[in-house]
Amino acid sequence: MVTFDGSTHQPAKAWPVVGCDIVRISSSSATKRRRSKLTPGRLGTGGALFGPICLLIIWELASQTGLLSPRLLAAPSTALVTGWDMILDGTLGKHFLASAIRAYSGLALGLVLGLLLALISGLTRIGEASIDGIVQIKRAIPTLALIPLAILWLGIGEALKIVIITLSVMIPIYINTHASLKGIDMRFVELARTVKLSRKDFIRRVALPGAMPGFFTGLRLAVTTCWTALVVLEQINTTQGIGYLMNRARDYGQTDIIVVGLVVYAALGLASDGVVRLVERRALSYRRVIGS
Amino acid sequence: MSIVQFSRPLPSVPEPTRQLTAVRLENLSRGFAGRVVLNGISLDIAEGQFVALIGRSGCGKSTLLRALADLDDDAEIGGDLIIPENSSVLFQDARLLPWERVVDNVGIGLNLPEKERRERSLKALRDVGLAERGKAWPATLSGGEAQRVALARSLVRKPALLLADEPFGALDALTRLRMHDLLFTLVREHRPTVLLVTHDVEEALVLADRVLVMEEGRITHDIDVKLSHPRRKSDPIFEDMRHELLKALGVDQSV
Repeated sequence: MVTFDGSTHQPAKAWPVVGCDIVRISSSSATKRRRSKLTPGRLGTGGALFGPICLLIIWELASQTGLLSPRLLAAPSTALVTGWDMILDGTLGKHFLASAIRAYSGLALGLVLGLLLALISGLTRIGEASIDGIVQIKRAIPTLALIPLAILWLGIGEALKIVIITLSVMIPIYINTHASLKGIDMRFVELARTVKLSRKDFIRRVALPGAMPGFFTGLRLAVTTCWTALVVLEQINTTQGIGYLMNRARDYGQTDIIVVGLVVYAALGLASDGVVRLVERRALSYRRVIGS
Repeated sequence: MSIVQFSRPLPSVPEPTRQLTAVRLENLSRGFAGRVVLNGISLDIAEGQFVALIGRSGCGKSTLLRALADLDDDAEIGGDLIIPENSSVLFQDARLLPWERVVDNVGIGLNLPEKERRERSLKALRDVGLAERGKAWPATLSGGEAQRVALARSLVRKPALLLADEPFGALDALTRLRMHDLLFTLVREHRPTVLLVTHDVEEALVLADRVLVMEEGRITHDIDVKLSHPRRKSDPIFEDMRHELLKALGVDQSV
């Protein structure tokens, strides 16, 4: 509160000196600080699990009471048992390995390709002129729509699957890295000029580190994209892989195996995202230094 | 251009040595999209001289500095400009690369073997009193510390010309006073020619040998400051010059 005690300069519209709505903020009465009601409070580490656990419980109850027929969807407990059996007899491992090899070879290739194209396009004029437009067009076409052509060119073997995954992974890596490169603070470019950095040093010390945040955003999208494409691809001429497993289970009405497949995808997606975040936090550690 | 010479040079101050010219501007003009920002400026700055350039916002003082720093690609240019090969710029923001540690920020662009670069960077950090922060990330520094690192980065390359664009404008008043002392001490030690752009008349008078006043793309006043250091703001000559400069900037405080 503002008081003008003893002052001769009372403002025209005088502030009430006493009796106004003073809010006393004291810590003596309460040990716990009141939280602002305007924004939700912080969620603890386990907080994010609340929704999924509720869903599981409802699902299990619905299955147990017969509301949910096992022909439409197996109970979580059934899927758990099936999954465990599949791990024990090795089928899950075999199919998982086949899928992982496809997904991660595609991811690795797409990552290198996307990064390379982003750098060429982001750092050179001729690169931008020749690459960016093509990638933007490619981005507008759903990758899966390329499958018919790809089959004609590459056949229906592994090459097809890896190429399609590569192409779909490349896009988020390229888009985000390129945007990040293009968005590098002009102030740093000026600085680089005044300290007379060579082009090589500029790329190494200013452009690349500046593009890193975008690259990691792209990578987080890419690690899930690579599995997305796989589901469709594993319907084509294959006898191994999680996608194949799920499609065959559909033919036999084994919803429990389908659920197992879904769980594998979910676990993989979450785990990959976690790994990328970990790497990102390390690589961009300079950002975390204050608080956060 | 009116040249005002204050008639009472203090006896202890030696006449600055003016044989060598570090910076020469001949009829320098700059324009942006048809608008004239620098309007035919001719100016000599002697080697080792500390020149402050003051003026109201938009008078073209930053444009002049950017012209000297060769950071004005998009300008329409006219006139001639001679500057030392080895110049460095101190920006208003510290402009440290957030992803490099402080010591690497200081040594950036120094064309020396790794070990030597590091040693010189650490020495420069010691000079600004931040020897122990070499391994810190820039994000952990306060505003004043960051600007000291920027000062170290400018001086570590032993510039013949130091261009400073309102380097203390974003700092709080106390930090700014300390930065004045630091800059003055380091400049006295390294002896670069300095062009300090500022809007702060006192800052100019505390630090500079010579104050230029700019208005609408021209230099309207060129004043030698022949006061001994350390300068006291209560000194009557200092006061007089302050009034004179403020008047030149269109602020008359004599009434």
